[in-house]
Amino acid sequence: MLAMNYRGPYRVRAEQRPMPEILHPEDAIVRVTRTCICGSDLHLYHGMVPDTRVGSTFGHEFTGIVEEVGPLVQKLKVGDQVLVPFNIACGKCNFCKQGLYGNCHESNPMATAVGGIFGYSHTAGGFNGGQAEYVRVPYADFGPTVIPPQMDPDDAVLLTDVVPTGYQAAEMGGIKEGDTVVVFGAGPVGIMAARCAWFFGPSRVIIIDHVDYRLEFARNYAHCEAYNFKEMADPVVFLKKATDWYGADVCIDCVGCEAEGNTLQTFSGRVALMQAGAATALQWAINSVKKGGIVSVVGVYGPPFNLVPFGNILNKGITVRANQSSVKRLLPRLIDHVMAGRLNPKGLITHRVPLEEISDAYRLFSSKLDNCIKTVLIPSAKH
Amino acid sequence: MKAKNEEYKNIPGWGMDADPENEPTYPMKNYTGDDHKRINYERSEQQPQTVEILMSKERPVITRVFGTSAPPSGLSGVIRRYAFQHSEDRYRHWVPLILADRINMFEGLIDDIKQGRLPNIIKERGLAMEWKYNRTNVIKKAVELAATGIILYALFKRKK
Ligand SMILES: NC(=O)c1ccc[n+]([C@@H]2O[C@H](COP(=O)([O-])OP(=O)(O)OC[C@H]3O[C@@H](n4cnc5c(N)ncnc54)[C@H](O)[C@@H]3O)[C@@H](O)[C@H]2O)c1
Ligand SMILES: [Zn+2]
Ligand SMILES: [Zn+2]
Repeated sequence: MLAMNYRGPYRVRAEQRPMPEILHPEDAIVRVTRTCICGSDLHLYHGMVPDTRVGSTFGHEFTGIVEEVGPLVQKLKVGDQVLVPFNIACGKCNFCKQGLYGNCHESNPMATAVGGIFGYSHTAGGFNGGQAEYVRVPYADFGPTVIPPQMDPDDAVLLTDVVPTGYQAAEMGGIKEGDTVVVFGAGPVGIMAARCAWFFGPSRVIIIDHVDYRLEFARNYAHCEAYNFKEMADPVVFLKKATDWYGADVCIDCVGCEAEGNTLQTFSGRVALMQAGAATALQWAINSVKKGGIVSVVGVYGPPFNLVPFGNILNKGITVRANQSSVKRLLPRLIDHVMAGRLNPKGLITHRVPLEEISDAYRLFSSKLDNCIKTVLIPSAKH
Repeated sequence: MKAKNEEYKNIPGWGMDADPENEPTYPMKNYTGDDHKRINYERSEQQPQTVEILMSKERPVITRVFGTSAPPSGLSGVIRRYAFQHSEDRYRHWVPLILADRINMFEGLIDDIKQGRLPNIIKERGLAMEWKYNRTNVIKKAVELAATGIILYALFKRKK
C-alpha cells in the first residue's frame, strides 16, 4: 500500500509499504478515504517531538471504510464508513470511564504523560498513522464512529480532531455570557476555537496571529476581530488596552510550542532546545488575561518543560485548563451542530492533494504558502 | 498503598467542608470517584509483544495495546534503550531521545542507500513549493548565501 514515510526533519515521502495487520482481537483495519495534515504534525515534521523515529507513518485525522475486524469486535462491521478520533482509547480504564478519552491508560506504554495517538511518534505510543491507504485501528468498538449517511465526508474528517479541539478549547475557557475571549493562533484549530467560542455566549472574540491571510480568513469564517501581533509594539499592552485596561476574561492558546514573536522564547525553545519549544503564546495568554481569569490551552507542548511566568498565574489567581481534546466525548454534540448547519467544518479546507504528493503538501502547510489553511490528502486505493 | 492512618475518618471535622460542586474539571471530566480504585479496572486482552517495546519507567506493566512501528535499532536504538532507563521526569530521558532522532536520520539515509536508492531530498523536502509560491524569498536567500560566500572568500584571500 501507499503510505507516508518520515525520513527526518522536513523530509517525508510517499512510498509502497507493508499492509497493516490485526495485532489485537479488538483491532480493525480501515481503508483510508480522507486524511489531513494537522498543525500537530508540523511539530513532528520539524523534529520537535522526542522519539520520532525514521520510518514512521504520521496521520491522526482520517476517515475510512472498515476492511477487516478482529474476532472480538462486535459493533463495527466490514463496510462501515467511519471517522476515527485521533486519540486511541480503550473506553474501560478509569480515565476513559470519566470521559478523559485523550488520557487513556491502556494505549501508550512508552509514556504516562500522554495517551496513545495515531501516527504521533513513539512518545504517543508508536502507532502508524492514517496518512496511508490502510491503517490499523485498535479498540475498534470504542473509538471509530459511523458517519451519519447525510454527512459530507469533508465535514466528517474534520470531526476527528480540528472541530472537537477548537470546541474543547472554548469549553475549557468556561466562557460566560458577555465575556471577551482572546484566541492566540489563527491556524485551523484557533479559527475553529474562535468560531466555537460563540456557542458559549461571549460578546467579543478576538484572534491574534501574524499571518495576514489567516487573519482575514478568521475574520470571515469565525465572525471575530483579528489582529496582527507584528503590528503591535507590545501584544499584552495592546490586549489590555482593548479590554478597557482590565484584561480578557478568557485567553486561549491555539499555537503551542512553535510560537513566534519573542526572541528569548524562540532562541531558547526552537534554536537551542533548552525548553520544549517556544511558549510565547502561553506567556501572552497568562499576561493578558484578567485577574481570576481563565487560560485554556490546546496548543501542544512537549516534555520536559517550558518557561512560563508561573508567578503571574499564582499572583493573579489564574485558572489554567488544558488537555488533548477528548474527541469521542464531544462527537454527539458536534455532529448535531454540523448536521443542523450551525458549524461548517469543510469551510476550512483550502487544499486537496493526492497522497502521492505528500512532500509538497507538508511544505505548503508548514511554510504557509498559497494561502493554505487546511489540507486534505486523498489516498487512491481502489480495492 | 494503604493510607497510613486507617482511622482518618475520626479526625475532628473530617470531610465537613467537602463540596461536591467544587469540581474544577467539570465538564471535561465526569468525576465518578473511580480514581481511588487506581489501576484496578477492567481490561481488554493483551496484545502479544512481537517487537521490542521500550516502556516508560512510570508503569508497572505494558498497556493492552501499543504501536509496533519502527522498533529501536542501530546506534539510535542503543541510545533510546538508555533513555528508557530513566523516568519521564528526567532530562536524561528526553535529551538522549532527541539525540537518537538526529542520528536516526543518518541511519535512514544509509538504509536507503543500502537498498540501492538515493533519496531525492529536494523532493522529500517539498522545495518545489517554495520555488512556486515563495520565489522571491528563495532568490533572496540564495543571493544572501552567495554574498556571504564571496565575502568570506575575499577575507580569506586577503589574510593569505
Ligand atoms: N490539544 C489538542 O487536542 C490538539 C489537537 C490538534 C492540534 N493541537 C495543537 O494546536 C496548535 C495549532 O494547530 P493548527 O493546526 O491550528 O496549527 P498551525 O500551525 O496551522 O497554527 C498555528 C498558528 O499560530 C500562529 N502563531 C505563531 N506564533 C504565534 C503567537 N505568538 N501568537 C499568536 N499566533 C501565533 C501561526 O502563525 C499559525 O497560524 C498546534 O500546537 C497543534 O499541535 C492540539
Ligand atoms: Zn491534529
Ligand atoms: Zn482507557
